[in-house]
Amino acid sequence: MIQFAIVFGFVCLSLSLALNLWRLLRGPSVGDRIISLDTMVINAIAFIVLIGIALADDTYFEAALLLAMVGFVGTVAYCKFILRGDIVE
Amino acid sequence: MSWLATVAEFVAAFVIVLGAAFALIGSWGLVRLPTLMERLHGPTKATTLGVGGILVGSILVSRLEQGAWSGHELLITLFLFITAPIAANMMAKVHLHRLRLRDAAISPGPAGAPPEPGGEAGWATYEAPQPDTPVATSRE
Repeated sequence: MIQFAIVFGFVCLSLSLALNLWRLLRGPSVGDRIISLDTMVINAIAFIVLIGIALADDTYFEAALLLAMVGFVGTVAYCKFILRGDIVE
Repeated sequence: MSWLATVAEFVAAFVIVLGAAFALIGSWGLVRLPTLMERLHGPTKATTLGVGGILVGSILVSRLEQGAWSGHELLITLFLFITAPIAANMMAKVHLHRLRLRDAAISPGPAGAPPEPGGEAGWATYEAPQPDTPVATSRE
């Protein structure tokens, strides 16, 4: 039963990553691209955790935790650059 | 105890399916909603229930397979819950500044542009961080 749930999860997360990519390419404004990149990072975290469940491997959680931190810093850096034209003033 | 394992397996499968479905709903909202202020609402579902459900499923599966509770999944949930409002606030600020610059790619949305706060001051994000720094999006 868990195997079916994991396959369903992979399908759903792949679809949502594709939808995020559509919004990233479509735009129309730079803020939309930032939010779609942020959502992509969050979906990638869920994807990595799901890979960890499927392979029964603990190492993937460290990767997901690192991606959670780095993705947030990336989003804030993009926003600061748009707002101020500079990241660290 | 075997019925308990069956129930736990069913619950784990359910939360994984729930989390993945919420991630899909969040991205569908990102595609469907009209402007950036509305699009901020979609991915919040993917952040909270989406990742949260899959992490709870991961905790249950590791308990079922290895017989020990693991708590480090909660770190990811905690970190996402702390950072998600800050990221959303920064993106809303980007939207406000782009509206102020009258960016052609942005429309204020069905609710219209947010009203200016009363009194002398505008939105706090329009102010310069130090008295002598110029405002980034001022148009002179």
